[in-house]
Amino acid sequence: MGKINLIIQREYLTRVRKKSFVIMTILGPILFAAFMIVPAWLATIQDTEEKVIAVVDQSGMFNNKIPDTDYLSFRYLDNANLDSLKKDFQQKGYYGILFIPKIVTYSPNSVELFSDKQPSMSIKMHIASALEKEIENKKLKAHNIENLDKILESVKTSVKINTIKITENGTEKRSSTGIAMAVGYAAGFLIYFFIFLFGAQVMRGVLEEKTNRIVEVMVSSVKPFQLMMGKIIGLALVGLTQFILWIVLTFGLVAAGQSILFPQLNKTETEKATSQQFFSSSVNQEDESQLSVASDDMDQIKDVLQSIKNINFGAMIGSFIFFFLGGYLLYASLFAAIGSAVDNETDTQQFMFPITIPLIIGIFVMLNTINNPEGSIAFWFSIIPFTSPIVMMVRIPFGVPYWQLALSMALLILTFIGTTWVAAKIYRTGILMYGKKVNYKELWKWLRY
Amino acid sequence: MEIFKADRIEKKFGNFFALNDVSISVPQGSVFGLLGPNGAGKTTLIRIINQITIPDKGTLTFKGRPLKPDDVAHIGYLPEERGLYKKMKAGEQALYLARLRGVPKDTALKKLKEWFEKFDLAPWWDKKIEDLSKGMQQKIQFIVTILHEPELLIFDEPFSGFDPINTNLLKKEILNMKEKGSTIIFSTHNMGSVEELCDYITLINKSKCILEGPISKVRDNYKSNVFELGFTGDEEKLKASLNGNYELSDISAEQGIKKALIKIRNINPEENQLLSSIIDKVHIISFTEVLPDMNEIFIKAVQNANMQLPEEMKVQQK
Repeated sequence: MGKINLIIQREYLTRVRKKSFVIMTILGPILFAAFMIVPAWLATIQDTEEKVIAVVDQSGMFNNKIPDTDYLSFRYLDNANLDSLKKDFQQKGYYGILFIPKIVTYSPNSVELFSDKQPSMSIKMHIASALEKEIENKKLKAHNIENLDKILESVKTSVKINTIKITENGTEKRSSTGIAMAVGYAAGFLIYFFIFLFGAQVMRGVLEEKTNRIVEVMVSSVKPFQLMMGKIIGLALVGLTQFILWIVLTFGLVAAGQSILFPQLNKTETEKATSQQFFSSSVNQEDESQLSVASDDMDQIKDVLQSIKNINFGAMIGSFIFFFLGGYLLYASLFAAIGSAVDNETDTQQFMFPITIPLIIGIFVMLNTINNPEGSIAFWFSIIPFTSPIVMMVRIPFGVPYWQLALSMALLILTFIGTTWVAAKIYRTGILMYGKKVNYKELWKWLRY
Repeated sequence: MEIFKADRIEKKFGNFFALNDVSISVPQGSVFGLLGPNGAGKTTLIRIINQITIPDKGTLTFKGRPLKPDDVAHIGYLPEERGLYKKMKAGEQALYLARLRGVPKDTALKKLKEWFEKFDLAPWWDKKIEDLSKGMQQKIQFIVTILHEPELLIFDEPFSGFDPINTNLLKKEILNMKEKGSTIIFSTHNMGSVEELCDYITLINKSKCILEGPISKVRDNYKSNVFELGFTGDEEKLKASLNGNYELSDISAEQGIKKALIKIRNINPEENQLLSSIIDKVHIISFTEVLPDMNEIFIKAVQNANMQLPEEMKVQQK
């Protein structure tokens, strides 16, 4: 056992000390955090510059009808000449000119907004909705309905759907399909990526030992199986280290980013929200009230945060680590066998193919699973060990019955033991075999030595 | 007393016999030459001794008891195909390999420093292997092989890639190890170094042992009763004096001294008779028996064995 520890140590230390590992470990979280923070930040960023828009209203319908906002106001110019205004609106301090033609009621697409800048979506939507409302009112009034205002007021309805998930123990949780999808996607892709990245590293490591002829010195001191497992375990630890550093750093960055970019969520609440959001395993509905944010703009963020909170992160990270390790161990031993069987990297292609196929199928099924996490395709592929690490991770945020999870995990463990056994046999013969073109028939022979 | 014995070893890869009924016994404190043409099965046998490969049949005895996995701590192995991790530092690498052989970290570190000093490698301790010359890498491998002071050392082509100076350095160290009581199994194609170093040899050909024993005895067995006579005088007189028992195969002259190769045909040779019959015919300067060198023995033994190879074996080899 002491020897395998030495091997694990060497594999781990030489890789963790590499520059590429350090760079990846630092760059990864920055990218992830940027993906999480930047869109949210952009969505809430407010135009603090005050804009005045000149309104040239030929229809005469909209005088003072478009409401001003904090940063947007409208000046209604009577009898203004559009052409001359176009030339000097900047000098007069206008951000743009809103031109409403006479025929706007019949031709609502004829409204024009002139500006030397690209007006933002929110400005356009603000103006459009105000105009729409006005025109609709006008048209309704034309029908001469009595008490129209009252009727309109009474029919006004807004529908918002809250998705509530009933968990197995009966408690209800607010859930968000979008968030579940995103988390599942991210986890599935990460596993796929880790298996490939670290599996290929195992293969290259074995190949390095073989082509540099280190292996014969090594196997006179340790058993080939120890050498193979030492490498596989060492790299698994490297992967785990990277993963854990990524999680810690990403959430640290996100938390830091949130408190800098969203000071509106007052500080203590932000801290609480971030810590709960990522590290608590289950959060009750009550917390929601505490996280009441006055501003309407914050509503959406609050919803997202609430949904993220309701994903069971403890279980999520736990099963992620299990499926990551299980999937990795299953494939890594096969990668090691390939590395041992060939003499150089170009020869690996023919053997890589059958290993790559199930992984890619896993990714395709994962995309399908997102839309139908309870379907039979999703079920079978999350049970079959070669695809289960990827597919099951996508299903977990949507909720998976315990027996399925247990079955999938048990099969994964059994298969991983099986592939390791097969790989060890190929490895044992392969590492000491030079200059032989290896094919599947040859591998089959090695299995029976 | 044998330190190591392999008895009736058989190893098959599929239908191919890598070793067929091969036995060796390595006397304690000797240098044991393991010889044979390429593909004869030497490497397989060495791998079996190192427990890298498990034999199908046969027994292995180390110091009088069956060989067991822990014995690697008492065996040092320098393979023919040897390499190091290119990206690792020289000292770190040597320490790693030594610890894998079971040497405690502190001891290994102390001894390595000494050896690096001895082999002029000290300034390279913190350099990456890829920055070292091939000779330096080989020296590091040699150090790692002997660092744990094994009782049995196995060298497979240890001198390949070394310049004459380093070859001598290595030879000296190998003999030094022998003096300290280690036993050495030595596999090479360089017959000169076999004659120089080995006490015993075993010759393997096509998975079978075809020749074995103390090197002096082997050479004795292969001698063909040829004597070299150095003389001056009339060679015709010499020829006339030789009767049917003798055969003069060659006469050459070098710096005024003639050299004749005379083979004694008589089964029970009496070189004194030869001498007495020619002693008054020519002026004799030297008279020595021509012993076959290992090169000749090797070639002869292998050729003989191949001729005797039964047909069925040849089919199997394919």
